Amino acid sequence: MLHIVNKSPYERNALDSCLRIATNGSAVLLIEDGVYAAVKGGSFEGKVQAALPGLKIYALGPDLSARGMADRVLDGVNVVDYGGFVDLVAEHSNCQSWL
Amino acid sequence: MSDEMDMQEGGVVKQFMFVNRKAPYGTIYALEGLEVVLISAAFEQDVSMAFIDDGVYELKKGQDTKALGQKNFSPTYRALEGYDIEKLYVEKESMAVRGLTVEDFAVDVTVLDHAEMAAKMAEQDVLISF
Repeated sequence: MLHIVNKSPYERNALDSCLRIATNGSAVLLIEDGVYAAVKGGSFEGKVQAALPGLKIYALGPDLSARGMADRVLDGVNVVDYGGFVDLVAEHSNCQSWL
Repeated sequence: MSDEMDMQEGGVVKQFMFVNRKAPYGTIYALEGLEVVLISAAFEQDVSMAFIDDGVYELKKGQDTKALGQKNFSPTYRALEGYDIEKLYVEKESMAVRGLTVEDFAVDVTVLDHAEMAAKMAEQDVLISF
């Protein structure tokens, strides 16, 4: 299953809910303001790293670049472009957007 | 008529603070707020901007929106000085929790802790929130 989070973890609880519900082996794609969860130094770093062994976590590159965050992505988070976004959707049988 | 003109020219200057709490691009708030700040410069008021919560992300250096197809409006913060808008206040706690320091910002800012920010807000005549 693919989970998509597009809200800042500092403003909304979408990421928290996603990480609580997502099961091992699932994929999480961070897009739009959701990409702020994928960067080093913030208070969500530990939470994302703790989830990494069980989940595959991706972040959308164009959204990281727009926010000036492309150079501080957490180790273990895979950066994808729009084509990679499409591939993720195609590879998974279903998808939950945590709006 | 001339009396009215005199009143306008000698009008009262009020303290306006624009409070920015939203990240750029995810919503329209940051851009709209910035545009209202630029408009306010025409009214010769005492204008300041506060950056709290995700609003601190508006000032992040190195924003590049080419792949997004949206306008990168972050250079506009550097132009504010030219409109005599030089008071940019960033809340320390909001920076810290996001792993940001003043070196991460594209403009010079004054860092205030939450108590100092509260005091700065309390002395305003008008607060406008985005």
